[in-house]
Amino acid sequence: MIPAQFDYLAPTTVDEALAALAEHGDDAKILAGGQSLLPVLRMRLNAPEMVIDLNKIPELRGVRDDGDHLVIGAMTRHSDIATDPQVGEHAALLQKAVHHLADEQIRHRGTFGGALAHADPAGDMGAPALALGCEFVIAGRDGVRNVAADDFFVDLFETAIGEDEILTAVRVPKHTGWGAHYEKFVRVAHQWPIVAVAAAVKVDGGTITEARVGLTNMGSTPLRARAVEDALRGQPATEDAVRDAAARAAEGANPPSDLNGDAEYRAHLATVLTRRAVLTASGV
Amino acid sequence: MTRISLTVDGAKVADDVEPRMLLVQYLRERLGKTGTVVGCDTSNCGACTVHLDGTSVKSCNVLAVQADGCEVTTIEGLAQDGELHPVQEAFRECHGLQCGFCTPGMIMQSVALLKDNPNPSEEEIRLGLEGNLCRCTGYHNIVKAVQHACGASTGSTNQTAGVTA
Repeated sequence: MIPAQFDYLAPTTVDEALAALAEHGDDAKILAGGQSLLPVLRMRLNAPEMVIDLNKIPELRGVRDDGDHLVIGAMTRHSDIATDPQVGEHAALLQKAVHHLADEQIRHRGTFGGALAHADPAGDMGAPALALGCEFVIAGRDGVRNVAADDFFVDLFETAIGEDEILTAVRVPKHTGWGAHYEKFVRVAHQWPIVAVAAAVKVDGGTITEARVGLTNMGSTPLRARAVEDALRGQPATEDAVRDAAARAAEGANPPSDLNGDAEYRAHLATVLTRRAVLTASGV
Repeated sequence: MTRISLTVDGAKVADDVEPRMLLVQYLRERLGKTGTVVGCDTSNCGACTVHLDGTSVKSCNVLAVQADGCEVTTIEGLAQDGELHPVQEAFRECHGLQCGFCTPGMIMQSVALLKDNPNPSEEEIRLGLEGNLCRCTGYHNIVKAVQHACGASTGSTNQTAGVTA
């Protein structure tokens, strides 16, 4: 399968990319790692007239320390996230999750920002980014704006990024010393999760003082399981307490029904996976 | 048409290509490097795995224009001076193939895996090869071949851990 014809630009700065985007508007598509876009183009589910490739913009790649945040460039490859010591120390949840994303070859090529901008509700990076309260740095012709995680994911494959804007980086609040785990349920190797749960937990003297829980594929966007987070706060890090809190995982969710499972099954799955994720993150 | 210049299996090449041309198409149809095969054509099976600047990628999921300025290694570039690469040798030794269709991708991914992790456990090998499908389901001998290759490459006579068959 071969994509339909398109023109191609590989700008070397964000400003050039924004100018190209402004010129071509609706007819243009941004190419990051291409691991979701190229299959879409090959199957001709989309046929842009112009593809703007961000791979030659070095400023978009890499992880840097910015005080109480890490700043992860949008074009940072998944495989870099997987091995970056700063991410391991301050945002372990991203690292736990990225190991479950697709397979090695895809992780070598796919990018953190690309996956988030694609906003597939079954994608593995959305729930961890949401759970950690990341800020999304979005550049447009009029400058740069930061969008909070809660406002970034709008709907199925839809984010707060405007048509003339580019996601340039993600600011990740440091969660140093937090336990983290990503529990993914999947039937086949290297596939999208039927449901997955991202949990980051702060445990102090056997008590869960704070918890952040994100759900993958439990609605049209990644979701926060806030009822679970509230229920966990101040609870002992024990199997019973976590099970009780995890029972609320599907509250407010609107999971899809498909060949892999109906909504009711997914709602049950979410409670089981939340219990496992929180317990493992708590070191129980 | 877009002009690209790259190195493929050690040789410098330059061509005008349509932006929509996939890297695997370029390798096979322009350069005649048919050792790299197209399996699923949906970026699932990994048969088309090559190395792009030293890391493994699925060449059906990369545009040829994106390889501009890069170094590409295919299965045809692994053997040096008529000597098979140790991983190729290990696949032959351990019968790590049945029909052979997935083999180029399996070997390229195994080489990438061993570069990152020279002494992987059996589980790490299986996870590292997660993106490569064998339609004969001949995975056990493929895993044995990778274990054999790392034994050979470290000069160890200690054949790693029993494989659960």
